[in-house]
Amino acid sequence: MRIVVCMKVVPRPEEVKVNLETKTLDRAGARSVLNSADMNALETALAFRDAHGGTVAVLSMGPPQFEPYLRVALAVGADEAILLSDRAFGGADTLATSYTLATALPKIGGADLVVCGEESSDGGTSQVPPSIAEWLDASQATYVERIVAGKDGTTVLATRALEDGKETVELVLPAVISVVVGSNEPRFIDYDRWAFAQSAKVKVLDFAALGGDPQYLGLQGSPTRVAGLREVRKPGRRRELVTVTADEAAFRIKAEIERVGRVRS
Amino acid sequence: MIDVREGGIWVYAERRGDSFLPVSLELMGKAREIADRLGVELTALTVGRDGGAGAQLRRYGPDHVLELAHPLLTTYDAKAYATAISAELRRSKPSTLLLGATRNGQDLAGRLAIRMRTGLTAHVTALELDDRQNLIGWVPGFGGGIEAGVSCPVRRPQMVTVKPGVFPLPESGTPTGDVTKVVPELSEKDVGSRRISFEPKGSTVDLTRAGVIVVGGRGTGGDFTRIERLAHLLGGEVGATRVATDAGWVERDRMIGQTGVITHPELALVFGASGAVQFTVGIEGANTVIAVNRDPAAPIFDHADLGIVGDLGPVVDSLLRALAA
Ligand SMILES: Cc1cc2nc3c(=O)[nH]c(=O)nc-3n(C[C@H](O)[C@H](O)[C@H](O)COP(=O)(O)OP(=O)(O)OC[C@H]3O[C@@H](n4cnc5c(N)ncnc54)[C@H](O)[C@@H]3O)c2cc1C
Ligand SMILES: Nc1ncnc2c1ncn2[C@@H]1O[C@H](COP(=O)(O)O)[C@@H](O)[C@H]1O
Repeated sequence: MRIVVCMKVVPRPEEVKVNLETKTLDRAGARSVLNSADMNALETALAFRDAHGGTVAVLSMGPPQFEPYLRVALAVGADEAILLSDRAFGGADTLATSYTLATALPKIGGADLVVCGEESSDGGTSQVPPSIAEWLDASQATYVERIVAGKDGTTVLATRALEDGKETVELVLPAVISVVVGSNEPRFIDYDRWAFAQSAKVKVLDFAALGGDPQYLGLQGSPTRVAGLREVRKPGRRRELVTVTADEAAFRIKAEIERVGRVRS
Repeated sequence: MIDVREGGIWVYAERRGDSFLPVSLELMGKAREIADRLGVELTALTVGRDGGAGAQLRRYGPDHVLELAHPLLTTYDAKAYATAISAELRRSKPSTLLLGATRNGQDLAGRLAIRMRTGLTAHVTALELDDRQNLIGWVPGFGGGIEAGVSCPVRRPQMVTVKPGVFPLPESGTPTGDVTKVVPELSEKDVGSRRISFEPKGSTVDLTRAGVIVVGGRGTGGDFTRIERLAHLLGGEVGATRVATDAGWVERDRMIGQTGVITHPELALVFGASGAVQFTVGIEGANTVIAVNRDPAAPIFDHADLGIVGDLGPVVDSLLRALAA
C-alpha cells in the first residue's frame, strides 16, 4: 500500500500580525510549525504502514523554506518527502490548493490512501481533503479517528467522529481521509533516522515539473476573494472595567445576574 | 459579472432520520430574507432514501422543496451525494447554495464545490450582500480581533457553509411552496463508502440554545468543579475555550467559538479566557457578557459589559457564597 500524507507548514497563530490598512496578514515575523492535525495524520499513516507494509510519502505545497519541516517528517519515519513550490502556486484558495496537491499525486507514484489533517490552523477550512478526493475521483472520509485494513486490501474501515456519535464506514480505495487532531500520540523523532533525514533529498517540484492546467493554479485559479477585513467587536458592549476585591466583584456580578433575572430561587 | 438574481437560492437541508437539523432551518430563515431582498426563489434541497420528509420544510417559507431519493443515498456518502446534487445544480443553475457547517455538511461542500468548479467559503459566522449582490461570508481570522469577508464574484453557485447557531431558528408557519421528488441516476460505482456501524453518543449538549453559559479557559488551570457548580446554580451550561477542550478538561461539544459553537445566551460568564477572536465570535451574540481575567490588557474585556480584573479563584468562591446566601 502506498500512502501519501499531506502536511502543511503553518505560522504559529499567536505570532501572526494583521495589517488593517493593507488588509493582509504579516506572517514574516512568525515562526512556523507543522500543522498539528497533520502530525496526527502522519502517525496514522506510519502506524498503518508498520502494521500492513507499504510506504509513506509526505507531500506539501509551499515556499522552499518549508523544506526543513519536511525533514522532520522524514526523521519521524516517512520514507520520502515532496515539496511543491512555485510562485505560480501562491495565493491559492482551497480549490487551487487541492488541485495542485491532487495533480502532483500521479507524478510522485500515485497513492492508494491519502491522509490529511482535519483542518489547518492558519485560517483552515477543512475543505482541502474532500476537494482532493473529488479531483482524484477517489472516495473520502473526513474527521477520522481510526483506520483498520479491510478484508481484501481493496478497502479500509474508517471510524469518523460525528456530532451525534461515531460512524464506521467501509471505504473503497483509492481514498482520501482527514484525521481528527489529537486522535493519536505522534511518535517522536527517531534519532537513528536523523542523519538520513538530514542527507535525504526532498524532491521539489515546480509548475514545469507538475504540468497541470494553469486555470486552476494559485491566485489566478482561486474563485474566492478576500473582500475585506474588519474588527470583530460587537457595538454596544458596556466595556466597564473594574479592579476590586473578590467579595466586591462577587457582589457586582450577582447584581448583573439579578438584572438579567437568572438566579434560581 | 454574474448577476446573483439570475438563479435562486438553495439551502441544503441536512437530515437526521426523518427530521432536519436546526442549522438547516436557521439557514432557511436567513435565505428567505435574502431571497426576498433579491426577488429570487428559495429552494430547500433534501437527500435520502425516500422522499416525504421534505414536506416539513414547507413550514419554513420555501418556494420549492426538492427531494432527491434513491436507495444508494440511504446513508451519507460524499461521492454519491455530490453526484446526485450536482446534476440538479447543473439543471437549475441556482446562484447560491448554503449548507450548515456540520461535519457532514463540510465533507459534502468540499467535494461539491470542486465538482461545480466554484468557490466555497467555509464555517462562516455572518452573511452579507455586497453592492453587486455577491454574498460575503465573514470568517474569523487570526488573533487581533479580525475577521475576513470572503466572496466568490465570478463563479456560480457561490457556496457557503454556515456555523450552527449564527441565525435564529425561524418560527414554523403556514406551509408554502411545492414539493418535487427526483430519483437521480446513480449506480454502485458512484458510491465511495458505506456506513457499516454507528455508535450514538450517550448525551449531546447543545450550547446554541442555552440561556446562561459559564465559560472556563486556560486560566482555570483545569479545575472545572466550581465552574460546574456555578453553572448549576444559575441553571446554565458549562462552556469552554479550545485550550480547555483540547486539554481534555471539558468535553469537546462544549467548545465555544469558530471551531466550537456560536452561542446566544442571555448571560455569559467568562473566567480565565484571553479573548482570542476565534473564541469571542462564539459569544458575540450574548446579551450580557461578564469576564474575569487577571490581565487588565486581556482582549476579552473589549467583548464584555462588565470586566473584573483579578484572580478568578477567589472571585468564583465569593460568587458561589453570595449566590448560596
Ligand atoms: C483555526 C483556529 C480555530 C480556533 N477555534 C477556536 C474556538 O472555536 N474556540 C476557542 O476558544 N479557541 C479557538 N482557537 C484558539 C484560540 O486562538 C485561542 O488560542 C484560545 O481561545 C485561547 O484559550 P484561552 O483563552 O483559554 O487561553 P489563553 O489564551 O492562554 O488565555 C488564558 C487567560 O487566562 C488568564 N488567567 C490565567 N490565570 C488566571 C487566573 N488565575 N485568574 C484570572 N485569569 C487568569 C490569562 O490572563 C489569560 O488571558 C482557534 C485557533 C485557531 C488557529
Ligand atoms: N499547502 C498544503 N500542503 C499540504 N497539505 C495541505 C496544504 N493545505 C492543506 N493541506 C492538507 O489539508 C488539511 C486540511 O486543510 P484545510 O482545508 O486548509 O483546513 C491539512 O491538515 C493538510 O493535511
